[in-house]
Amino acid sequence: MLAYTVRRLFMLIPVLVGMSIITFGIVHMIPGDPAQTIAGEKATPQRVEEIRKELGLDEPLYIQYGSYAKGLLQGDLGKSMTTKRPIGEEIGPFLAATAELVFAAMFIAVFFGVNLGILSSWRQNSWFDYSAMMIALIGVSIPVFWLGLMEQWLFAQTLDWLPSNGRLDPRIQMEPITYFYVIDTILYGDTEVLWDAVKHLILPAVALATVPMAIIARITRSSMLEVMRSDYIRTARAKGLSEFWVVYKHTLKNASIPVLTVIGLQLGTLLGGAVLTETIFSWPGVGRYLYTAIGERDYTVVQSGILIVATIFVIINLIVDLIYAWIDPRIQYGKK
Amino acid sequence: MQTQTVDIRNKVVEEDKPWKDFMRSFLRHRSAVIGSVIILFLILIAIIAPVLTPFEYSAKSNDLMQSPSANHWFGTDEMGRDIFTRVIYGARISLWVGFFAVIGSIVLGSLLGLIAGFFGGWRDAVISRIFDILLAFPGILLAIAMVTILGPGINNAMIAIAIINIPTFGRLMRSSVLRIKEEDYVLAAKAMGMKNGRILFHHILPNCWTPIMVQGTLSFATAVIEAAALGFLGLGAQPPEPEWGTMLADSRPFIQTAPWTMIFPGLAIVLTVLGFNLLGDGLRDIFDPRMKQ
Repeated sequence: MLAYTVRRLFMLIPVLVGMSIITFGIVHMIPGDPAQTIAGEKATPQRVEEIRKELGLDEPLYIQYGSYAKGLLQGDLGKSMTTKRPIGEEIGPFLAATAELVFAAMFIAVFFGVNLGILSSWRQNSWFDYSAMMIALIGVSIPVFWLGLMEQWLFAQTLDWLPSNGRLDPRIQMEPITYFYVIDTILYGDTEVLWDAVKHLILPAVALATVPMAIIARITRSSMLEVMRSDYIRTARAKGLSEFWVVYKHTLKNASIPVLTVIGLQLGTLLGGAVLTETIFSWPGVGRYLYTAIGERDYTVVQSGILIVATIFVIINLIVDLIYAWIDPRIQYGKK
Repeated sequence: MQTQTVDIRNKVVEEDKPWKDFMRSFLRHRSAVIGSVIILFLILIAIIAPVLTPFEYSAKSNDLMQSPSANHWFGTDEMGRDIFTRVIYGARISLWVGFFAVIGSIVLGSLLGLIAGFFGGWRDAVISRIFDILLAFPGILLAIAMVTILGPGINNAMIAIAIINIPTFGRLMRSSVLRIKEEDYVLAAKAMGMKNGRILFHHILPNCWTPIMVQGTLSFATAVIEAAALGFLGLGAQPPEPEWGTMLADSRPFIQTAPWTMIFPGLAIVLTVLGFNLLGDGLRDIFDPRMKQ
C-alpha cells in the first residue's frame, strides 16, 4: 500500500508539470499580441508596454515559463491584474465558498443517490424502480445552469420560499472565521444566521447535486443488483438475517467500490458545474471569481484559478484511488 | 469446384447475420428505440425548420415578451422574436456543434489511442501522459480556458469541446488496441509479414469501433450540454444566433416576467440530451450484454 501510494505520488509530477504548461499557455497562446489583447483595444501604447513588462512577455518563452514555474513552487500565484492583490491571498475565501457548496451538493447527491439506488435494486422492476430510474435518466440530461434558473424562478421568485442569491442576507454582518458560513455561524452560536446560511445553500446545492445524484443512483442500483445475485447474499438470507441487514450491511459494502469511484469522478463534475451554478446564484466561489476574471480579461487570475481547481481535482482523484485500493485488497496495484 | 461455391455462400450468410442480429436486438430495446426516435425527430425539425414557421429567427417585432399563444406557440422574447422559431433553428446549431465536436474528438482521440496502443514504448508514455493531463482538468473548465485563448464564438467552442473529449476516446481506443493486437489473427498477419499500416487499418481498427460508437453517442449528449454552457457564459454562439444556451443567458433578466423565454430553450436541451443518452445506454446494453440488467 505504501509503495503504491509513493508510486502514485511520483506519477502526479508529470501531470502537474503538464497542467502548469497548459495554464501558462492561457496567457501566452492568445493569438496576436497578448499584451495588446489583455490591455484591450483602446489602451495606450504605454499601457501595453507596461503589461508586457509586468508579465515578462518580452523575454524568451522558456525563461518566462521558468520564472512562472519557480513562482508556483514558492506558492506565488501571481497578482490579479484588476485588484493588484496577490491571487494566493485573494482566492482563499472564494475557495472556501466553493468547498462549502460542493460538500453540500456531494452530501445531497450521495445520500439520495445511494438510497434511491438501493431501493430501486431491492424492488427491481417495480413501479418505484421504473420511476426512480426515469427520474435519474432525466436528471443526467438536465443542464445544471437551466435547473438553477428554474429553481430560482419557482422556489425563489414565484413561491418565495428560499433566497435566490448570495450566501447570506445582505443585512447580516458577520466576520468570517473559516469562510465556511455554516461552520462560522455554528462557531458564533447564532442559530438564526445559521438557518439563513443553510437557506441560501439549498437551491445552488440541489442544482449542483442533481447530475451526480442521478449517476450515483444508477451505478448503485446496477452494482447492488450484481452483488445481490451472489452466493453469500443467498447464504445471508438463508441464515434468516433481516432484509435491512442483508441490504445495507452485506450488499452495500461489496457494491460500494464502483459507487466510490463514481463519487470521486463526480467531484470533478461538481467543480466544473460549480462555475455555472455560482454564476447563476451569485455564489462568491472560485467559479464566479474565474467568470468575473474572464469578463475583465484578468488573465493571471484565469490562469491561477484554473490551475488551483485542476490541482485540487487531481489530488481528490488520487485520494479516491488510494481509498479504493485500501477498501478492496483484491486490487493489486503494487504489481503491474 | 462444387464445394468451393458452397463455402462462399456460407460465408456470405454468416457475414449478414451480425447486422440482422443487431437490428433485432436494437428494435427490442426500448430505450434505444425511444432515443433514436427523439434524435430523428430533432434532425427532421432542424432540416425542415423554415417550413415549420412563418417567422425569421432574428426578425424583431413589436410583440414584446408575449406569453405562448396560437400565433406564437412558445411566446416571444424581449425583442419580439418568436421563441418557437428560435428553438427549432437552435436545433440546427446544437446538432451541428455536437456532431462536429464528437467527430473531431473521435478522429483525433482514436488516432492517438491507436498509436499509443499499437506501438507502445515512448509513444505510449507520451500520449498517455497527455491524456492524463487533459483529464486532470474538469472538462468545462478546460473548455472555458481554451475559448478564453481562442476568443468567444461557436467554432472555437466546438474546437474546445472536441479537444476536451479527446482523452475519453483515446483511452478507449488504446485499451481496445492493446486487447486486439494479441489476438491470433493479428499475430498471424504479423507473422505473414504484413506491414503495420495494413494491420492497423484492416485488422485492428475495424474491430475497435463498437465501444467508440457507444461512447460517441453518450459524448454527443455531453457535447450539447457543454456547447450550451459555453453559450450561456457568453463564450459560445454570439447573439443573435438562436443557440439554446445563449437564449437562456439572454432571458435571465426576464425570468420573473417572461418565464417562457427560458423554459422552452431549456426543455429543448433536455430533450436532445435525453435522446442521445437513451440511445447510448441502449447501444451499450446491446453490444455489451454483461452490462444488461
